[in-house]
Amino acid sequence: MGRYIFKRTLMLLPVLLGVSLVSFSLLHMVPGDPAELLAGEEANPEFIRALRKEYGLDQPLYIQYFHFISHVVRGDFGISIRNREPVIKLLKERFLFTLQLSFLSILIAGSIGLVAGVISATKQYSLFDNFSMVGALFGVSMPIFWFGLLLMLVFSVQLRWFPAGGKGTILHLILPAIALGAASSAVIARMTRASMLEVIRQDYIRTARANGLREFIVIYKHALKNAMIPVITVFGLEFGYMLGGAVLTETVFSLPGVGRLMVEGIFQRDYPIVQGSMLLVATTFVVVNLLTDIAYAFFDPKIRYE
Amino acid sequence: MNEIKGTKTISQTAEVWRRLKRNRAAMMGGMIVFLFVFVAILAPWISPYPPNEGDLSKRLKPPSKEHLLGTDALGRDQLSRVIFGARISLQIQVVAVFIALIIGTLLGMVGGYYGGTFDNLIMRLMDILLAFPGIFLAISIIAVLGPGLNNLMLAAGIYSIPQFARIVRGSVLSLKEKEFIEAARAVGENDLNILFRYLLPNSMAPIIIQTTLRMATVLLTASGLSFLGLGVQPPTPEWGAMLSTARAYMITAPHVATVPGLAIMLVVMGFNLFGDGLRDSLDPRLRD
Repeated sequence: MGRYIFKRTLMLLPVLLGVSLVSFSLLHMVPGDPAELLAGEEANPEFIRALRKEYGLDQPLYIQYFHFISHVVRGDFGISIRNREPVIKLLKERFLFTLQLSFLSILIAGSIGLVAGVISATKQYSLFDNFSMVGALFGVSMPIFWFGLLLMLVFSVQLRWFPAGGKGTILHLILPAIALGAASSAVIARMTRASMLEVIRQDYIRTARANGLREFIVIYKHALKNAMIPVITVFGLEFGYMLGGAVLTETVFSLPGVGRLMVEGIFQRDYPIVQGSMLLVATTFVVVNLLTDIAYAFFDPKIRYE
Repeated sequence: MNEIKGTKTISQTAEVWRRLKRNRAAMMGGMIVFLFVFVAILAPWISPYPPNEGDLSKRLKPPSKEHLLGTDALGRDQLSRVIFGARISLQIQVVAVFIALIIGTLLGMVGGYYGGTFDNLIMRLMDILLAFPGIFLAISIIAVLGPGLNNLMLAAGIYSIPQFARIVRGSVLSLKEKEFIEAARAVGENDLNILFRYLLPNSMAPIIIQTTLRMATVLLTASGLSFLGLGVQPPTPEWGAMLSTARAYMITAPHVATVPGLAIMLVVMGFNLFGDGLRDSLDPRLRD
């Protein structure tokens, strides 16, 4: 197990290197002089020169990259062009918010998906099964932002059960979390159903039944435990995707998340913000995937020996 | 040789079609896709009004006999805009998926066939693209390229390259050990021929399935980008951009925010159903 974790973590390094190169090159791929871009639109030449020197923008590219990385690993993502605050400070607030939203979302999506998947599998081709599989089809086909708008229209505007946007209480997060999690709950339901169906047909389940165990015990103790293994991967992957997809929910409900920060950064040409968001979200996503893989290997020993 | 090959292809296609026809969900998906393409192509002839001309005295009107789906904030006919929106969506989908299909397939074939350092390099490159979760990758590409229709298509295309590369590589890896490839090598076929006349045709099933399913993902992503303001800009009648404008009038005129989203969902569903059906009929072993 230790060896697997080590090997898998080592594979992370080239990816992280690539991610850092991509976000580093952002400033150099956009047309214009990097120092002027960093200084913002109405900067005086004095300031531009100071910036060029501070960030080493007059140095060769590989030195600039080294400079960039050595700052990033110390948590220094530069200064926001727009409001002259350290990028890390803005990122931290916004990112924690997105993380919170995604957690709630995977919690909702996971519970709905698991329950629907297990019932669908145990009652294959029943009314419930058909109903939830059609629901899953809608789940993966609906645009997050449209579903969010509909939820807002029904539950905030018409019924007034939830606030229509902004942050504060958990109530503010429920609708955005549902919108963000719709597709994931569909994917989890399908995966759980397929995995359960496969397990239920195995001999050891038949043996358990033949031994006279109650159906409830057979399904929830013996079958579910083994069926869960592939579902874990989906959980991790979906949680990771939420970090990216959250930008749409955040826009619909006017929430202060990291996705929104990045999009605003693009509009305002606030490159340090964009670079920081790219680095942070991609790194988190990669680490979440790593943890998912490790969890998978932990539960399914076959993986470790491949 | 050719004759035998020909006969086999026909019977295989017929077999796939036979299986597909029996799959009701797939046929429904196919009909939706067909209708969507039909509307997209015939948009100028079937839309009742020009999509960008509005009557400001008729702002945000609910559906009526004159305007079947009502009018938007500038008094433009909503139905006409949705119809023209199909055109833009189809254009984005086709161009983006085509970019991904060509580049991804080539990378996957070459990587899988030659293996070694080159393959490693390609796959690590794909890993880097995949390190950006979902739509976040497309947003990051837009951050470099800047907003707009052309960049949107390019971003949605690059965003889909890794999926094609991985699938084709996997297919080539399993095929290249087969006897018929060995035989082709033994009779002295060169690499180019083996790649394009032996490996590619035999990898078509997963490529076709992926192409269909990607049309759905690309539409979701592209309309999402336009909704964020990073893609197609108003007044172009793109569905995501229409939703973005409609947000402000959601309470007074909910129909304006409902229709474009419904269109996106229907088309995505059509491609998903058809793609799943294709998967079942092209490769029955993959069925769960």
